[in-house]
Amino acid sequence: MSTVINFQTDPSKYRHWRVEYDGQVANLFMDVDENAGLFDGYQLKLNSYDLGVDIELSDIVQRMRFEHPEVKVVVMQSGNDKVFCAGANIRMLGGATHTHKVNFCKFTNETRNTYEAAEADSSQKYICAVRGACAGGGYELALACNYIMLTNDSNSSVALPEVPLLAVLPGTGGLTRVTDKRKVRRDRADIFCSIEEGVKGQRAKDWRLVDEVVANSKFDEAVQERAREFADASSKASGLTGIELTPLNRTFGKDGSVSYTAVEVEIDRASSRATITISGPDGDAPADMEAMQVMGADAYMLRVARELDDAIMHLRLNETELALLVFRTQGDAALVQAHEALLLDNQDHWLANEVLKFWKRVLKRVDMTSRTLIALVEHGSCFSGVFAELLWAADRSYMMEDEFEGDNRPMAAVTLSASNFGPMPMGNDLTRLETRFLGEPDAVAKAKACIGEALEAEAADELGLVTMILDDIDWEDEIRVFFEERASFSPDALTGMEANLRFAGPETMETRIFGRLTAWQNWIFQRPNAVGEKGALQRYGSGVRGEYNMERV
Amino acid sequence: MTDLLNVSYDTQIPNNVGLSSDKKVLKALERWHPGYINWWNDLIPKNFQDSLIYLRTAVSVDPKGWTKFDYVKMPEYRWGVLLAPQVEDRRIPCGENAGELAWQEVPGEYRSLLRRLIVIQGDTEPGSVEQQRFLGLTSPSLYDMRNLFQVNVEEGRHLWAMVYLLFKYFGRDGREEADDLLRRSSGSEEAPRMLGAFNEETPDWLSFFMFTYFTDRDGKMQLEALAQSGFDPLSRTCRFMLTEEAHHMFVGETGVGRTIQATVDAMNKAGITDPYDIDKIRSLGVIDLPTIQKKLNLHYTLSLDLFGNEVSTNAANAFNSGIKGRYMEMRIKDDHKLNNDKYPVRTVKDGAIVSEEVPALTAINMRLRDDYVRDAAGGVGRWNKLIAKSGVDFQLKIPHEGFHRQIGVFSSVAVDPDGNILSSEDWLEKSKDWLPTKADGDFIQSLMKPCFEVGKYASWIAPPKVGIDNKPGDFEYVKLHMA
Repeated sequence: MSTVINFQTDPSKYRHWRVEYDGQVANLFMDVDENAGLFDGYQLKLNSYDLGVDIELSDIVQRMRFEHPEVKVVVMQSGNDKVFCAGANIRMLGGATHTHKVNFCKFTNETRNTYEAAEADSSQKYICAVRGACAGGGYELALACNYIMLTNDSNSSVALPEVPLLAVLPGTGGLTRVTDKRKVRRDRADIFCSIEEGVKGQRAKDWRLVDEVVANSKFDEAVQERAREFADASSKASGLTGIELTPLNRTFGKDGSVSYTAVEVEIDRASSRATITISGPDGDAPADMEAMQVMGADAYMLRVARELDDAIMHLRLNETELALLVFRTQGDAALVQAHEALLLDNQDHWLANEVLKFWKRVLKRVDMTSRTLIALVEHGSCFSGVFAELLWAADRSYMMEDEFEGDNRPMAAVTLSASNFGPMPMGNDLTRLETRFLGEPDAVAKAKACIGEALEAEAADELGLVTMILDDIDWEDEIRVFFEERASFSPDALTGMEANLRFAGPETMETRIFGRLTAWQNWIFQRPNAVGEKGALQRYGSGVRGEYNMERV
Repeated sequence: MTDLLNVSYDTQIPNNVGLSSDKKVLKALERWHPGYINWWNDLIPKNFQDSLIYLRTAVSVDPKGWTKFDYVKMPEYRWGVLLAPQVEDRRIPCGENAGELAWQEVPGEYRSLLRRLIVIQGDTEPGSVEQQRFLGLTSPSLYDMRNLFQVNVEEGRHLWAMVYLLFKYFGRDGREEADDLLRRSSGSEEAPRMLGAFNEETPDWLSFFMFTYFTDRDGKMQLEALAQSGFDPLSRTCRFMLTEEAHHMFVGETGVGRTIQATVDAMNKAGITDPYDIDKIRSLGVIDLPTIQKKLNLHYTLSLDLFGNEVSTNAANAFNSGIKGRYMEMRIKDDHKLNNDKYPVRTVKDGAIVSEEVPALTAINMRLRDDYVRDAAGGVGRWNKLIAKSGVDFQLKIPHEGFHRQIGVFSSVAVDPDGNILSSEDWLEKSKDWLPTKADGDFIQSLMKPCFEVGKYASWIAPPKVGIDNKPGDFEYVKLHMA
């Protein structure tokens, strides 16, 4: 699987989904083209999906928010009259490397979380209308919706057949959403998750697996009626006009570097390192939200978020051997603050809200990236407000102290804003500063008192905002030694260690989903019972059952 | 009419499974029975329910004396639960468990797969009765009416046979599935039958004959495969069902044959030699041969769809686990495991139909379909002999397997009856020559006038050469109750 995976797409390129916009309601149809898999060697039968299918879904969800703010309810349904969705394609999984499987699951999970949160974040409620078999990843698509309707045709069912069929676990939060979101009783969940055929009809409702079961002849009508009801009950303003998410301006260099307008990715393969540099704004902030809306996707704060998001996804899937991701910024901190302030001051404007919520998601994606993350606060940098979140998303941050010889850039400083104290929570529902200062909550208050101040090295260090401040004498060596040491460690151990240390504090459904994915699913994905030559995943479709080592670990 | 609420099961239901001493199954059947009778009564028009029909009833599994012919009202038909005799020391015939003792109880690991197979098989049985529910009204003779109802009651009995297995071996899930078998209904928007062909209409008698010849033959092949099951009760049930299924295909083959006979006789009598002189032939009150070919094309292709995808994981699993075998598994000379074997499967590659070797385990459906195609060719040959004997220059042909398919590799391409791939537009343009049109249907429908006089036959169908139970063609097969 050495194809370069492109996360950018647009409706003219979709092969697997289509959307019919009908005022406040959008009908989203999954109709997978079985011959348009991302890789060779499998067909996407029965509306099964691979990463390519999910990239389109992710694009749709994103465009729904930015291009179609008039939509209040999205109805996810199948364009195939026999099956809703058979889940992730098993032959694709059987043929994929472990790395691809893990990254695939991570990305699909992020997509699920994104539309699941669309109701709270963007007042776009997702209804899932299930007709036909809805199994495994298919039911997980449904589970992430805000409301599930199932037709009662004595045939359509919902199922999580991974354990009996494939010897793995549902990979996109299925088990966790069954217990934590749907609050299915554990013994019923145990039955549900160990039968291939799933649960249909009234029992699916009784067991809380779906919200509503409707007679087949009235199903389509009931779904559209429910969609209208939800849309009418929505508090979201009506008749909003969106902006177009124009194609990213992106070029790839021969050495693997990637250039966007405000984000640069440099690759140093010998050192196993990618450096991501964000450039500050090249102009004043728009005068008001109307002006920003006219700028659309060119508006700085949105543009950077899209570019950074794409860069992270690209590095995750296409540059799997880089151990270190280094975040840098360069630019006018005051301008960054001005651009950000427009959003923070207009949070009731749909576009300001969407851009801020998008930043929340991008930062979560950074949190979830299994590489050593490092932030370098250099002279001339602009780690301000939302950009400063990168300092605490990182595993470590280093800041320049005092003047450096021959360096006449403005003195390195960190500036806090309201963004750092609420609107950008992590998966654990705490801000990055709250998570950072779990043992010293006063430190958050102290930092908050410094909003708007340009905090130079000593002050930042005093407040605990950076890991280490280094002067001209130590900077280069300290950082070089750290990079070299880090790149020499076992990547597996690092992934585990970093994930453990990043998500301190309370568990949420989101942290549990990712935690269990990393711990259990990834473990099972490595075990011979699933992926060995005689394992269930390898043998799926051959008719021969998996052979298991019966020892319980 | 007997008292349905206090049915004495030991006498009312002929069985060789010790029903009266099996409290668990008895209780379940008692609960299910009224629903079944309601289903039957709602389905078949009342005057037929009250008519006396000369039916055979299975009363034992002794090959010599398993049936008894007598007049009976259909609701009082004795729906028996009959299994073929247990074969001592029977072994699982195929798959990874081949050679082990056949299962007498459901193996837990195959529970859901086995149940699904039984439910799908069970779903087809009442489905066809539903499709044929109005045909009695236009029956071309009492003889044919009797055959129709014989087929219907036996499909009903086959439903019982599957329901018995569900009750006996699958606990609560089985009971729910049994209820759903009565809840689903052919062509229903609310809850359609599981397989497409069982949601199509059977609008006329020629369709019925084609259905019993082609579609019931799929049923036969499925039963043959299930009769090989390592789950012994299923095997024994299906073995016995096969004896009844043979009659359904007999009705189909002779029905189409008699239709052809009436056509060629009428043509010869009128001195028409050109089988394509359709208007003239139709004016004789018979169905022209090209239209019979179109009906054949339709039912044959719908039946091919019932075999599912050519390459199938489910079929592979079923074979490998030993719960469904191949046609004549015991006569096949190989290791019955197929772990390293290949089987050729036709598929579409770059716009051409090619044959491809795939692991034989995954091609179980394809193999069964190939066996079906050979099996179905026999009767078509005999029909052609009838035509040849009459001197009319015409031959019925079985269309290419890729023609008019909704399921499997050919569903994505438009193939003509000779196996050429066309554009969808071309195909649609020409399809009126290959498949019955509305006008064809209207014409056939115009011939569907009841002929209820003893010993008389409608114009479009010849009398049978011999009657049922060695009775003559003018025997009163149905004593109609015309209240």
